[in-house]
Amino acid sequence: MATKTYLEAIRDGIHEEMQRDERVFIMGEDVGAKGGVFGVTDGLQKEFGELRVMDSPLAESCIVGVAIGAAMNGMRPIAEIQFQDFIMPAVDQIVSEAAKIRYRSNNDWSCPMVIRAPFGGGVHGALYHSQSIEAMFCHVPGLRVVVPSTPHDAKGMIVAALRDPDPVLYFEHKRAYRAIKGEVPDGDYTVPLGSAAVVREGDDIAVFSYGMMVHTALEAAEKLAADGFSCEVVDLRSLRPLDREAIVRSASKCGKVLIVQEANLAVSVASEVAAIVAEDCFDSLDAPVMRLGGPEIPAMPYSPPLEHYYLVTPDKVERKLRDLAAY
Amino acid sequence: MAVTKTTASRKQATLDAETLRAMYRNMLRSRLLDERMWVLNRQGRAPFWISGIGHEAVQVAFAMNLRSGEDWAAPYYRDLALTLVLGMTPKDQLLSVLQRADDPNSGGRQMPAHYGCRRYNIITTGSPVGTQLLHACGIALAARMRGEDTVTFTSIGEGGTSGGDFHEALNFAATHKLAVLFVVENNGFAISVPWEKQMPTRDVADRAKAYGIPGVKVDGGDAIACYKAAREAVERARHGDGPTLIEAKVVRLTSHSSDDDQRRYRTAEVIEAEKAQDGLLRFRAQLEELGVLTAGDADEMRAELLLELDKAQEEAEAAPLPEPESALLHVLAEDLR
Ligand SMILES: Cc1ncc(C[n+]2csc(CCOP(=O)(O)OP(=O)(O)O)c2C)c(N)n1
Repeated sequence: MATKTYLEAIRDGIHEEMQRDERVFIMGEDVGAKGGVFGVTDGLQKEFGELRVMDSPLAESCIVGVAIGAAMNGMRPIAEIQFQDFIMPAVDQIVSEAAKIRYRSNNDWSCPMVIRAPFGGGVHGALYHSQSIEAMFCHVPGLRVVVPSTPHDAKGMIVAALRDPDPVLYFEHKRAYRAIKGEVPDGDYTVPLGSAAVVREGDDIAVFSYGMMVHTALEAAEKLAADGFSCEVVDLRSLRPLDREAIVRSASKCGKVLIVQEANLAVSVASEVAAIVAEDCFDSLDAPVMRLGGPEIPAMPYSPPLEHYYLVTPDKVERKLRDLAAY
Repeated sequence: MAVTKTTASRKQATLDAETLRAMYRNMLRSRLLDERMWVLNRQGRAPFWISGIGHEAVQVAFAMNLRSGEDWAAPYYRDLALTLVLGMTPKDQLLSVLQRADDPNSGGRQMPAHYGCRRYNIITTGSPVGTQLLHACGIALAARMRGEDTVTFTSIGEGGTSGGDFHEALNFAATHKLAVLFVVENNGFAISVPWEKQMPTRDVADRAKAYGIPGVKVDGGDAIACYKAAREAVERARHGDGPTLIEAKVVRLTSHSSDDDQRRYRTAEVIEAEKAQDGLLRFRAQLEELGVLTAGDADEMRAELLLELDKAQEEAEAAPLPEPESALLHVLAEDLR
């Protein structure tokens, strides 16, 4: 067990799985000599060569489309999209192709692959290097969508994703890359896809979140604890499918629910969690379900006051929690 | 790297009579099945059909030069003849047209002509035009990584070459010298849109120059020329010399699909004139002239193929439809609710 950053944990998982399974390869923009724009694939090309760590052309449909073909021909590709914002040209390949390959072939074909992309803001990335557009993919049957929030889960989930028989979108919060450190077990382990984790136990308010916002929620929960309110913080980890049982368990236990995400709220992960709580926990609720997320503007603006205005901060979460506590 | 022209005369000597007859039989088998699909559609028994009539020669030429089950195909919806030569049967495709549970392409989930069959390395194909070209590149890349000498066929209409995936695929395959055969079946129309409104120059094959790969133009109604072009491209790819862009000039002898009526955008004279370019008729005349096939042989072949077809139709019609709740299956390997 060693303390590692979120970024190092992802790299460890990829590295170890590439050593174990020669079907695994990675392709994307700048993943080779440079090691990726954030450094996730640093050193991998030296060890595994230019074919298994392949600098792709600047063409996202190509990156994903080629990965799909390779997956159908027995490989386990990782398609790296440099920023989640630039996944749009690949949406046809992801939604029309990867997601439907097993279903439309009546289980004759499958598409085991991982699409990795950094998302999220607060890094002066402006409109096109800050977005959180994961909800788009959560609508699509045939895909798995996961977002780890800790180094432990980052490694365990990338390995699980690479062993999964279906396409997995693995989104990494770019602010977590170096900011979040934690204990990472050595060697081979997986964190099952599709399961949420209670990261702080409590009785008064259940807080559901994912990615960097889990840490924001934990900070706010700590503040409320000082005043005697106990929050249960649940890291969703898997956004499609959502861990319905875990959501219902914590929501029913606490009777009050706050959902926190960085993305804007309309038709989002928070909407779906709220719907599950409304459907399954109606009799246990002591307050209306509350949601906190980004504003309904196209994306995160650049100038610091504008960027800060967009972000969900521990203060904003704390205020919302106090509203709920007082309800 | 220049665009090369292939002519029938140069190739004739290199094809033996048995190959020529097999080629004709393959083309006729697809044509008869295709015509049957139209009949089923007009009888109201098949809601949809999209035809390969007029495109058969180039498909048969390529399929006969592939190793079925080893090489790969990422076809498009006109490639009925290709699928039959690779090993799928008229019954398989009738099961699809009649939406039966045992349809090997999709279990009745997809529209007909969305081909796919793992047994023959024909990948599953969807409706979005062009996506399959990139899959072909990925398949070839995987083969390269494992050191295999397999080749991958992929095809598209000329309309589909206007989309981005066409460029991304050629760019990638050429950059990495992958063993991909890009076949453009240019029938001059994308549904109703003529080539003049699709692209600025007449020949898609000319674009090969931009990728530094050979671009080959071939008369898609000249079966022997198609065969030779296919053989050359397959050999090139198999020997590690990279992809070829082959453009077959074909005629679409039907409306775009059973939901289209080409008389709305083409004159009766043009439609009639194209019939003379039918590769099947031309090939038969050529083979009779060469003394490879007599009129009697051809009639016998036809009768035998119709017998196979009638039996296939009978069996397909007797096959069960899918269970309604089976719609929920195979979303993921481990089915989630
Ligand atoms: C991306 C996409 N856009 C539109 C369509 C609808 N569509 C199906 S076939 C077709 C025309 C294709 O023409 P072409 O590529 O020339 O092939 P052809 O049908 O002539 O063989 C169109 C517009 C589609 N299937 N996919």
